[in-house]
Amino acid sequence: MDSSFKIVIVDENPIRAAILEDGLREAGHVHVVRIDEMTHLLARIYAIDPDVILIDLENPSRDVLEQMFQVSRAVKRPVAMFVDQSDAASIEAAVDAGVSAYIVGGLRKERVQNILDLCISRFNAFSRLQNELDRTRSALEERKVIDRAKGILMKAKNLTEETAYAMLRKTAMNENKKIAEVAQSVITAAELFK
Amino acid sequence: MSDQRMRIGFIPLCDAAALIVAVDKGFAAAEGLDVELIREVSWSNMRDKLNIGVFDAAHMIAPVAIASSLGLGHVKVPIIAPFALGVNGNAITVSPALYASIAAAAEGNVTDPMVSARALGRVVATRKTRGHAPLTFGMTFPFSTHNYHLRFWMAAGGVDPDEDVRLVVLPPPYMVESLANKHVDAFCVGAPWNSVAVDLGIGFILHFVSEILTRAAEKMLAFRSRWAHEHPDMVSKLVRAHARAAAYIEETANRDEVSAILGAPQRIGVAAEVIRRTLDGRLKVSPDGAIRTDPNYLLIGRDGAGRPDPAQAAWLYAQMVRWGQAPLSDDMCRAAMSVFRQDLYDAAVGVPSGEPPGKIGAFAGPAFDPGNIAGHLRSWRIGRVPVS
Repeated sequence: MDSSFKIVIVDENPIRAAILEDGLREAGHVHVVRIDEMTHLLARIYAIDPDVILIDLENPSRDVLEQMFQVSRAVKRPVAMFVDQSDAASIEAAVDAGVSAYIVGGLRKERVQNILDLCISRFNAFSRLQNELDRTRSALEERKVIDRAKGILMKAKNLTEETAYAMLRKTAMNENKKIAEVAQSVITAAELFK
Repeated sequence: MSDQRMRIGFIPLCDAAALIVAVDKGFAAAEGLDVELIREVSWSNMRDKLNIGVFDAAHMIAPVAIASSLGLGHVKVPIIAPFALGVNGNAITVSPALYASIAAAAEGNVTDPMVSARALGRVVATRKTRGHAPLTFGMTFPFSTHNYHLRFWMAAGGVDPDEDVRLVVLPPPYMVESLANKHVDAFCVGAPWNSVAVDLGIGFILHFVSEILTRAAEKMLAFRSRWAHEHPDMVSKLVRAHARAAAYIEETANRDEVSAILGAPQRIGVAAEVIRRTLDGRLKVSPDGAIRTDPNYLLIGRDGAGRPDPAQAAWLYAQMVRWGQAPLSDDMCRAAMSVFRQDLYDAAVGVPSGEPPGKIGAFAGPAFDPGNIAGHLRSWRIGRVPVS
């Protein structure tokens, strides 16, 4: 692989950017620069003078990059967008993963295909991680709510922990709700009765 | 019945009103359409997601629909626009410092765009002699009405937008912050961002674009040409839903309800009162509370605004040629005009009766003739293409 490319990652999410940078370095790319601050974005990019720019699709500054296509005195050299009609599958995979790539100057796109592939897989890996984290977080939150509701029931009705939990679970089943939802109602009700 | 589900992208701006109301108020559902609205963050994403079919339709800035159809600056993907989501609606906002300079240099009333453009010319000249950095103007996209409106205005006052000032792309949500941080001296953007800057006390609305051009096509409901060809029935239904939604929005009695729908966090996400000002065309233009009213500030459906006008597409194409983004060609002009599908609007909604809507009506230069782009270009001293 050609390790002489200068690659810029534009991403306000530092964790995702780090994951991508690691991947690129593992693949032998030594010139990787991360930009997480969007002010004067074009000036920064011109100063770095990259061959490839990777940007996440959640970033409104993608429109700023489009200005590089315009031939004007501010442009050092023309930019070609990586996405083109010949490669629909790759475009869809990139959009699906939430990333877009631009190649600068006369680089042939075959030479950067593996960079985009790597980018797609790292972005996908990141969103899997993110989903897992979200799930873990909400599970943790739910457990806290259930614990509080159990405590309220134990105190109010003089129940053991097991009985209080069984009560929550039975109500949830009867009402076709999640235990956490029932627990939240118990907490809300308890606050109203305070 | 075939699958009537659609995914449509929008950018949180007031001129997405007809689309948002068509969906949230049930006009689309009444046509049997099951529409999922997806909020987008950039015009590049919107263009790409429409192109590859992630979206079936999109709230799209008119020049992007044309550029995509002509293959300018990007992949060539033919787009059609059978409904105009908004006419006008942009404004030029300047920093308090620039406002003071323009007011001081003005010979006449600065609310007159010719007076303000000439005053800008003097401000620019003074800065040059004093060795100050050129003024920076923010706009939303290279192929944007904002870009062309700014250029049209300042060039009429003798300011060359490529030589005398800097024009930079800024995403609309960053405009206000950039003006506050002095990264830009002015910007041209749609609602609600101009009002947000005025409310924060960091900007003066210098002009509504309706003062520069009487009628300017702004956002379109856009489809991939091929998709529209394969789903004529759904296109027709969606256009009808939009026409009804637009009429609902323009009814003054519905304004509070509409403003609340649009202001919702998952939609435009600003205070309903700010949206109401935009729809009413009654805007606070300076931090001291001065109000300017213009019934044409933003037209959503009113005065035939929903019906695409191919002459508007020709005007936008002419600006692309004037500023060096497109070559001058009769074929390209025809292709640009055929993006605006008046016929599909008429088929869905009916041919309008009564007075034809007004023309483009610019504050400078001769009346625009879509059949004579070369003549339009010859009438300007400043431009990127020498036209013989």
